[in-house]
Amino acid sequence: MTMKIRTAQEAIAGLKDGMTIMVAGFLGTGSPEILMDAILEKGVKHLTVIGNDGGLPRGWYNEYDTPRGIGKLLDAGAVDHIIASHVGVNPLIGKGIIAGTMECTLVPQGSLAEKIRADNFGLGGVLTPTGVGTLAAEGKMQIEIDGKMYLLEKPLHADYSFCRASICDDFGNFLCNKATKNYNYLMAGAADHNIVATERLVKAGELDPDTFQHSGVLVDMIVEGEKPWQI
Amino acid sequence: MADLKTRIAKRCAKEFKDGYVANLGIGLPTMVSSFLPEGVHITIQSENGFTGLEGSVERGDENVEIINAGGGYVKASPRVNYFDSATSFGIIRGGHVDATVLGAMQVDEQGNLANWIIPGKMYAGMGGAMDLVVGAKEVIITMLHQQFNKKTGVSKPKILKECNLPVTALGVVDLIITEMCVIKVTDEGLLLTELHHDFTVEDVVAATEAHLTVSPDLKPYDISE
Repeated sequence: MTMKIRTAQEAIAGLKDGMTIMVAGFLGTGSPEILMDAILEKGVKHLTVIGNDGGLPRGWYNEYDTPRGIGKLLDAGAVDHIIASHVGVNPLIGKGIIAGTMECTLVPQGSLAEKIRADNFGLGGVLTPTGVGTLAAEGKMQIEIDGKMYLLEKPLHADYSFCRASICDDFGNFLCNKATKNYNYLMAGAADHNIVATERLVKAGELDPDTFQHSGVLVDMIVEGEKPWQI
Repeated sequence: MADLKTRIAKRCAKEFKDGYVANLGIGLPTMVSSFLPEGVHITIQSENGFTGLEGSVERGDENVEIINAGGGYVKASPRVNYFDSATSFGIIRGGHVDATVLGAMQVDEQGNLANWIIPGKMYAGMGGAMDLVVGAKEVIITMLHQQFNKKTGVSKPKILKECNLPVTALGVVDLIITEMCVIKVTDEGLLLTELHHDFTVEDVVAATEAHLTVSPDLKPYDISE
């Protein structure tokens, strides 16, 4: 069987300017930092990024903090378009919109999660009551079911998905600790190339299979070397 | 100001029943959990992916894997359960959250809520707010009664006949708690049910653009322990 373990550089070798990527994480927590670093190193630009938010800007928790998650890509000016639910924490997005250098598409958080899940799991979209009668309904089909209005939220697909595991086996079965799960179990599988960076790498069969919560068949490449965030 | 916010949080805490599952917005709504009546234990949902948030954490005790939806480090209760974002919003949209407490920029007579965007000024995004107000069984708005403009020194009503900012959702607000009063949103419009002793009904009416019906059963604003 083909081994999936790669270096970060090998894993993103096919990533090109202008591609669409998904990055898991919630304000940086649960984002694959070593893959973000590799993207910066490669110097890829003009990306469309799908994620919950803009990660963390420079100096969020402490003045010496580096940007985190998608915040690294924004800091490097690598993002042309962001599709997210909340962009208030990273001021680079607001600045980019005002300067006309960045496009931003806002999606309600629950709908964003479902759009990604729909793509991953073969659905043509989902019907949600969220956003009916608001700006979030613009351009979307509305469908009435048993007297209640719903919006049709279509699937979101990407060229690459970048996820972060706490523990991953060498087949790609993985687990995310605590509140680092967020979009990791949704995005891994929703792209042409699904890459998981992990803190701990084990051999398949080494741990009780019930340890893992996301299937390795949804993972194409595994990169070792994620570090816990340091406060 | 801090005193007024504490007053609002204390009053809001009285709405909670033992066993409630609640989602509390960042800021004033978060304060509510500090004032729960004795014997009332709730389970707080954190939309970034768990139920069982137990409050802020002491410096030095932070766990980098446990943040709230505002990115702050928090403590988890022994009954905590962690899940992905689809499950988190499934719990929210599916009606499994008893109450959500949020701030507002505007609320109107129909219970419409605007709290996510000021075109041309504030562009933060709706985050989980649109899902929360559509999905939670009870939507409680906690806010200062009026919007104070620091530059002009003028206060403007936030409780309006009709929201003029883009709405977060239509007809979702159940209860409005301010430093002046408590207002219920009913099918017949806004009903003033409680009045703080610092204010008269006339004060409240003057600070409100929307039409208010004064409840025949108007009660004092109760924040007693």
